[in-house]
This record gives sequence, C-alpha cells and structure tokens, in this order.
Amino acid sequence: MSHIWIMIAKRLGLGVVTLFVVSLIIFLGTELLPGDFAQEILGQAATPETVAALRERLGLNDPMHIRYINWLTDIARGELGVSLANGQSVSDLIGRRLGNTLLLALYAAAIAVPLSLMLGILAALFRNSFFDRFANASALTSISFPEFFVAYILIFFLAGAGGVFPSISNFRTDPSFDEFLYRAFLPALTLTLVVTAHMMRMTRAAIINLLASPYIEMARLKGMSPMRIIVKHALPNALAPIINVIALNLAYLITGVVVVEVVFVYPGLGQLMVDSVAARDMPVVQGVALVFAAAYVLLNLTADVLATLSNPRLVHRR
Amino acid sequence: MGFLTGLFWLAAVIVGAMAAGWVFRTAVIAVSPHGVAREFRTMPLTAGFGLLMIVIYVLVAVFAPAIAPFSETAIVGREYQAWDNVHLLGTDNLGRDMLSRLIYGARNTVGIAFATTALAFILGSVLGLLAAVVGGWLDQLLSRMVDVLMAIPALIFALLLLTIVGTSVINMILVIAVIDATRVYRLARAVAMNIVVMDYVEAAKLRGEGLWRLITREILPNALAPLVAEFGLRFCFVFLTISALSFLGLGIQPPTADWGSMVRDNATLISFGDITPLLPAGAIALLTVSVNFVVDWQLHRASGLRE
Repeated sequence: MSHIWIMIAKRLGLGVVTLFVVSLIIFLGTELLPGDFAQEILGQAATPETVAALRERLGLNDPMHIRYINWLTDIARGELGVSLANGQSVSDLIGRRLGNTLLLALYAAAIAVPLSLMLGILAALFRNSFFDRFANASALTSISFPEFFVAYILIFFLAGAGGVFPSISNFRTDPSFDEFLYRAFLPALTLTLVVTAHMMRMTRAAIINLLASPYIEMARLKGMSPMRIIVKHALPNALAPIINVIALNLAYLITGVVVVEVVFVYPGLGQLMVDSVAARDMPVVQGVALVFAAAYVLLNLTADVLATLSNPRLVHRR
Repeated sequence: MGFLTGLFWLAAVIVGAMAAGWVFRTAVIAVSPHGVAREFRTMPLTAGFGLLMIVIYVLVAVFAPAIAPFSETAIVGREYQAWDNVHLLGTDNLGRDMLSRLIYGARNTVGIAFATTALAFILGSVLGLLAAVVGGWLDQLLSRMVDVLMAIPALIFALLLLTIVGTSVINMILVIAVIDATRVYRLARAVAMNIVVMDYVEAAKLRGEGLWRLITREILPNALAPLVAEFGLRFCFVFLTISALSFLGLGIQPPTADWGSMVRDNATLISFGDITPLLPAGAIALLTVSVNFVVDWQLHRASGLRE
C-alpha cells in the first residue's frame, strides 16, 4: 500500500515542478516584452523622473531572479499586479470571471461526460453496426469543425428568428441558478458537441481493445449477456484510459472556452484574455495564462493519479 | 415537418458527396497508370470525396484571381447586400463581394496554414530525429524543453506569445509553428527511437556514415509513413488554430480575406436567419473533414500493410 503513495507523491512533485517552470515561462514573457514596462504603464507623455520613480516602486531595477522571486511571492499572496489598460487589480478582474468560466466548463462536462460514456459503451456493444458507423463518422466530422462553426450553427437553429435560447449569454452579475442554466445552455452545448466525439471514440476503443482477452471469452462462454460483459467485466479494466481521455477533454474544455466565450459574449476568463491580448495588457494575460495553465496541469495530474488508483495491480502491489 | 426536411437534405448531401467520391475515384483509376491505380482501388468513398475536395480547394487557391469576379479588398456595393445575380453570395459588412472573398480566402487561409505546418514539420522532425540518433544530453535537453512547452495548453500559449511579440501574420506563423513543432518532435522521436536500435542502423554507423546521411538515408525513409499521416492531422490542427485566432481578431489581419475573420465580421447576420456568415466557417470545416478522411484511409492502409 505504501508503494502507491510514494508513486503518487512523485507524480505530485513532478506537477509542482511543472507549475514552477510554467510560471517561469510566463514571467519571462514580461522580460521579453520590447520597451520599458514603466514607460508602458505611464504612457509616452510621462517625464523621465516619474518613470524612474515608478521603476523604483515596482522594483524593476532589481536583478531578474530577485524580481521573479518577488513575483512568485506576490502570486502566493494572491497579488497579480495591475492591469495596464484600466489600472484595476488583476486578481479582482480574474476573481470576478473565474467562477463563470468554471461554471460553464462544469456545465458542459456534466452533459458531455455521461453522454459520451453512454454512447461509447453503446458503440462498443453494437460495434460495426450502422449505429457504430454513424457515430464514428459523426465523431470524425465534429472533431474537424471549428468551435465557432458549431456555435453559430446552434445559434442559427436554436436562437435567432423563432429560436428558444438567447444567442448572447451576457447575464447580469448574479443570475439565479435556473436563469444561468437557460442563458448558458448554448455555450455549454457547443462545448459538449466539441468534446463528446473524442471521448466517445476513445471509450469505444478502450472497451473493444479488451474484448479479445481470454477472460471476456470465458464470460461469453458462460452465457452472459453482451451488455453485462461490457459493463461488468470490460468497463472496470478500461477505466484507466477512459479517465485519461476524460481529463484530457476537460483540459481541452478549459482552452475551448476561449472561442466559445467570445462567440456568446459570455463574461468569463477567455473573453478577458482575448481582450487583453489585443490590447497587449501583459499583467492580465500573464494572470489568466497562469490560471489556465495551472488548471491544465492540475487536471492532467488528477487524471494520472486516478488512473493509477483505478488499477488494483498497482494499488495492491507486493 | 421541418425536422424531416432537414433529415432529407442531410441524407441528400451525404449521398451526393459519396457519389462525387465514387465518380472521382473511378476517374482517377481510369487515368492513372496501372501500379498507381491499384492503390486507389482500395480507397473508400469517404477518402475519394476528401481527395476530390482537397483538389478543388487547391485549384481554387491557385487560380483565385481568375475565378473571383471582384477583387478581395474592393468595396463594390452597399453593406450586407442579399444574394443576387451580380453578387452571388451578397456583400459583407463593408460592402465587399462575399464570393470573391471566399475564393481569395482559400488562397490566404489555406496557404498560411500550409506554410505554418511545413515549418512546424521541418523544425519538429529534424530535432526529433536528431534527438533520437544523437541521444544523451541533447535528447534530454530537447525532450525536457518540449515537455515544459507542452504543459501549457496550445491556444493559451499562443495567445501569451502573441502578446509578447505582437499580433501579425509572420508572428502568428512563427508562434504556431513552434508550438506545433513540439507535437511533431514527440512523434518523430518516438518513431525514430524504434528504428535507431535496428541492426542495419548499427551497421551504417560502423560503416562510418555521417550524422546527416544516417538521418536522411537510413532513418527518414522508414519513419516517413507515420510522419506523412501526422502531417495531415497537424495541418488540421494548425488550420483550426489559425482560423480560431483570426476569428478572435488576433490572426490574419484585415483587409486580407480570411475565413476566420469573415465569420467574425458578418456574425450579426446569423441572428437574422441569414446563413451567409456560416459559409466561410463551413469552408473551414469541409476542408478539415476532407483531410481527416484522407488521413484516416492512409492510416488504415499503413496499419494494414504492417500486419
């Protein structure tokens, strides 16, 4: 039993190192930014004295490694700096929108994960049938579609003239839960359609890979029903790859929200990031990129740990 | 009733596409020499359709000035004109001819995506093969660097880098090429790793073959099949990323006609039930689907030959 914990601890350690390196890359972003950071904040009209004073105040005269350590400690305290565009605190800007983005991703995942697992199992059960072929072809097609295409098709059919759902999900600051579900339905559905195909295909592949094993043959010879064989015998062993694929797609959801948020004018992190990139508002971009990257690394980490834990041979190793 | 009509049109489109694929396949088999024709006989209808579409896209891209009725930047009418005889697909938000911009978009968007993929491929596969052949500290250094770069989601990383270097077409090509080269590197290294341990490579080393010759003559020919399939998949990813960035207003800049930004510029029409803005998005989707169909066939063929 202790072996598994050492393994997980190692993986966690690796995750921390990755996060650390990611933060270093994001920090170097400001270093590589052409021009003077203080000048950029104050604008061209600033006198050399005020620029020098701001440089002193922001600690821009310190050597790079000192500034990196300062930056890291600031992040640990939740201070991400000040936006160049409007002087607001980046932490506040992100804090206001992070919840929205997570809710949207969660909404999409709550639809997509059960749906794709079910479709994957059905496709494995009725493999090589018309249903399977159709599911496969539509999966291949939907992977090839740009997110905004899916989004606008949904808007065309479900919103707009005579539509049921709003094409813009720019809700007031604090919508009720029902209103949120209604307003965020189209963005969530778009994200669902984008990720379901891949998850379904991988679930099907993971199960079918196992169907040639002797113990499945045995179960079949015992006279078990195909549904029972797949759900009771194949599925538990296919869990590790399936968990991996789900985590991968959740991580994809995190980046997929960027485009979808812009289409639906959804007040989330992606929208904030796109606006800030256009304005070259480095502190905000840094902050948002850090949040996205951290979420991505953490999800992959969780997937690895869960996949390890789902394998009894690794948990009860002698 | 509306649902049934939709279903009918969907079925009609699928049947039409398959018929086009069949006609194209028959034509290709008829005109190509015997050895090549045998290859095409194994082609499924989906791949035939995909190949036909790719050929059409390339033709449109190459002959864009000859086909397009108007210039890509000229303002030729009022804004948002409806479809008529002069402007077959109407005009866009500035009064430019939609059809002409769609045609020029094939040249710009696909051309830029292709150049980016090629760049990513050269960078990634050269480094990957080099890492596999040389091994040791070079392999360690490159692989760890790639690991770190891959730890950040691609689109977010692209946005971060674009903030640093500023948004322009050249910058976007370089940024996306670097990010995608990491994925190519992974594959090239993994494939080459299996080849490097072969006896004939050992023999070539003992014969005193140089590094460059070893890579190009001994390893590359055997690693080519998976790399070519990967090129198709990579192209789709790059194409979608560039379209997404252009859609977000951070990629190909106006007034260049480009499918991603065309969707963005005309998106308001969709709420009024006009499908014109969906056409450029559909053009993107159709090309990626086509490439995927062909890659699927190639992968299937490659795995079939190996068994």
